[in-house]
Amino acid sequence: MGRMTELPTKGGFSFDLCTRNDMLLKNGLQMPPFRKTGTTIVGLVFQDGVVLGADTRATEGPIVADKNCEKIHFMAPNIYCCGAGTAADTEAVTDMVSSQLQLHRYATGRESRVVTALTLLKSHLFSYQGHVSAALVLGGFDVTGPHLHTVYPHGSTDTLPFATMGSGSLAAMSVFESKYREGLTREEGIELVAEAICAGIFNDLGSGSNVDVCVITEGKTEYLRNYQLPNPRTYISSKGYTFVKGQTEVLSTKITSIQPKVEAVEGGDAMEE
Amino acid sequence: MSIFEYNGSALVAMVGKNCFAIASDRRLGVQLQTVATDFQRVFKIHDRLYIGLSGLATDAQTMYQKLVFRHKLYQLREERDMKPQTFASLVSALLYEKRFGPFFCQPVIAGLGDNDEPFICTMDCLGAKELAKDFVVSGTASESLYGACESMYKPDMEPEELFETISQALLSSVDRDCLSGWGGYVLLVTPTEVQEKILKGRMD
Repeated sequence: MGRMTELPTKGGFSFDLCTRNDMLLKNGLQMPPFRKTGTTIVGLVFQDGVVLGADTRATEGPIVADKNCEKIHFMAPNIYCCGAGTAADTEAVTDMVSSQLQLHRYATGRESRVVTALTLLKSHLFSYQGHVSAALVLGGFDVTGPHLHTVYPHGSTDTLPFATMGSGSLAAMSVFESKYREGLTREEGIELVAEAICAGIFNDLGSGSNVDVCVITEGKTEYLRNYQLPNPRTYISSKGYTFVKGQTEVLSTKITSIQPKVEAVEGGDAMEE
Repeated sequence: MSIFEYNGSALVAMVGKNCFAIASDRRLGVQLQTVATDFQRVFKIHDRLYIGLSGLATDAQTMYQKLVFRHKLYQLREERDMKPQTFASLVSALLYEKRFGPFFCQPVIAGLGDNDEPFICTMDCLGAKELAKDFVVSGTASESLYGACESMYKPDMEPEELFETISQALLSSVDRDCLSGWGGYVLLVTPTEVQEKILKGRMD
């Protein structure tokens, strides 16, 4: 007996449109380009913790869809994750693991560990065999110290003192390979990360706009959104466009007023005597 | 031809001072043949929240029906309307659920949140949210719309000026796109009223 109405599903992916989409592809229609974050994301370990950095451009094919998107995602108060690849995948996978970490914190009563986030991410990505296209740089500071990992779409991970991912990773890695050393101070770490991201912004076409930085140390996390703005908009016309009222030809108008919704509270607390 | 170019569409939403406007074209086509010139792409979810759906028209209508269903259930359970941010998360989740066999539609969500703060956002067909403070665009005319909005937009516009700006941006962009046009439909929402206007455009 088939179900008449579609109840909200219990979660996970639903494949019901796949047969129809395959039929459309066979009939010559092309799949649309998904929004990607053609990106530069980096992370490095310094003497007191971890610094993560990312650019802020989101692309849809060759067009810039978002000039100031956020690529450093919250996982736990002491763990953040930068994402590259298909934007929907990075957002969904980091949100999902962030919720799982919160439930785990409630169950254990302890601060989350970076390796927990790492294992949750890699097992999810491996089970989808690379079809969930998310390449991540995961960094945090827990009871065992500072950690930095990279996670690839197929589920493999690396543990590194400095890492770069995304289309601008080669530009950023060249900066790290020449200037990284162990025992950097906080200021030096932030400067180096900003320089690496700028190398990606200026040399890679898939990365651009601003630099976001996140510094995670013992007991304290600082999310420096738009730490550097090296691409200000300089071509703003001083006059701008001014349209005279009534310039646009209107065929018909319909105006409805919005009724304010009033909350009816039942009179008094009858039981309270 | 891409699946998104099968029906053709143009959608734009802009933020003003305590108000927002959402506009669409009115053409429905089957590849290069026009089938309707009064097609509705912007739908009401509740008094202060609207969603525009571009892309494949059948998927847009199905998405709208699913969303209205979910919102009505929410209203019954919570006894209030959904906030725009919550609704955006709902749309994103519904789209991502179909990650490997997606709906071919790109939503544009516009609503008035708490304190009459306007909220706009757009997503790709997989549900990757893009929150913007100024304007969002979607559809086959999106590239022209990006250019037109980028130059015509000013922050903190009053409702009348916002209406003129969004209309001019929409009409000039659809003139450069074969698959969208045949008039325009603009919805302007302020905390006290909703104005729906049909625009006169080129019918080619």
